Parts: sequence; C-alpha cells; structure tokens
Amino acid sequence: MFNPGLWRVRRFSGLTPEMATLQREMNRLFSSVGQRPPQEYPAVNVWEKEGTAIVTAELPGMDPEKMDISVSGDSLSISGEFQQETFSDGVTYLRQERGIGAFKRNIQLPFQVDAQAVDARYEKGILVISLPRMKEDLPKKIKIQ
Amino acid sequence: MVEKDLQKTENVSATERIRNVKTFVPRVDIYENKDSLFLLADMPGVNEKTVDIELEKNILTIAGRVENGSVEDASLMYSEYEIGDYERVFTLSDEIDRDKIVATVKNGVLRLELPKAEKIKPKKIAIKAA
Repeated sequence: MFNPGLWRVRRFSGLTPEMATLQREMNRLFSSVGQRPPQEYPAVNVWEKEGTAIVTAELPGMDPEKMDISVSGDSLSISGEFQQETFSDGVTYLRQERGIGAFKRNIQLPFQVDAQAVDARYEKGILVISLPRMKEDLPKKIKIQ
Repeated sequence: MVEKDLQKTENVSATERIRNVKTFVPRVDIYENKDSLFLLADMPGVNEKTVDIELEKNILTIAGRVENGSVEDASLMYSEYEIGDYERVFTLSDEIDRDKIVATVKNGVLRLELPKAEKIKPKKIAIKAA
C-alpha cells in the first residue's frame, strides 16, 4: 500500500503551500465561531514602540494609591479595588452598573522586562504602563566573518 | 458580574454622527436621597473640557468626546478594547432645579448632582390631634 498522503502531496506538489495556508486560514476563521474569547478585567491594549511594550487599560474612578502594579520576569500583574461612595442614611440606589469589588489580572509579555525602568501613569481614568525590554534580552546582531 | 458586562457596550442609535468614531454607552450608577439625584458615569479618556451635559425639559443627555486614544509613535500589537466617544440619554421623572446642577469629572468618572426642585420635595405633614 502506498501512503495516500504522500501521493497527494506529490501530485499537487506545486500547490501544497497555498493549499495548506488556505486550510489553516479557514480553520482559524471557523474555530472561533459561536464562542467569544474569554475576557478578563480590565481589558488591555498593548502597543509597541522601539522595544518597549506599552500596556493601556481603562480603569475609571480608581485611587492610584490603591492600585498595585508588579512586574517579574516577563509577566505583569495589575490589581486594584473599585472605589465605593460612602453614603449617609436615606439613600436609595436606582441603578448599579459600575464595577464593584476587586480585580486582578496577569499579562504575559513576549520578553523579559527591565523592572527598574517600568513607568506607570494614571490619567483621565486610563492606566498607561510602559515596559522596556531587558538589555540582555535584546536580539544580538551577529557579524559574519 | 456577568462576563459581557465587563466590556464596553456600543451605542446603537438611529441617527448617524458626523464624526466617524464609535460611541459607547457609559456604565452608570444612579442613586437619590430626598434632596438630590446623583449620577456617576464611567467615561475613561474624558476630562472636564470634553464632556457635555444637556438637560432639556426632562431629557438628560451626557456625552463625552475622547480626543485621541492612541499612544504616540507606537503601533498597536494586541487589542481587547476599542476607543470612542460616550453618549447616553436619560428621561428624568422628577423636576430638577437646573440652576443648581453640579458636575465634576475625576479620573474618568463623571459625577452629576441634580438637586430636586423645591416644590416637589416631599413635605412632612404633621397631624394634629383632634
């Protein structure tokens, strides 16, 4: 018996890479149908600028003193607690949609972070953390002799 | 909290806007005491200059413009949330004393204090013993 897979490859050998790419694309397209990727709070956007990753997150109404940001190796962790208004007597809630309680999120970055040079800012309810890549971790250029 | 509630909700309105940006529904807390109605709205990216509050008859509109949500000279590698304006409209059931409305924005949260008009404040009626 010959291997059917091998035969097929040989017969359409010129087309194989394209077919494989197409199949991969189709699989990718349909694999996520009907299911949303699980999302954690807070949602983040990650930007890249000259080897520095910039993570932004919308965290309205936080007390920057009570937010905790820590970096170790290639992972970033953000945690905090939503601020609650303190009420006097006789207050009735009509709607409660904003977040309550505490949150924590860990994000893994594709490189080792220089923890000493991490910078975080909190403005207009948006947290911006810039995470520079470790010098030792940067790709090295190799000269050809 | 339900998972989807953690994400921003896009505004679906019948009228189109001139600025080609998405608008989102800010999440709000509303509470009241006997004197005022309080409204807190999550509007990250908005400051006191870019927020608009309008009260016409009993229709309260809060709108916030987000100028630029992108990081300068950086390219977006991974995205979980979108950036856009905020808009939400409420119908108020009570008469509001519109001259005394106080609005503040702090850390991306809009806080509105809407004092109830004097005439509709509940009055306690003392009952005299016959």
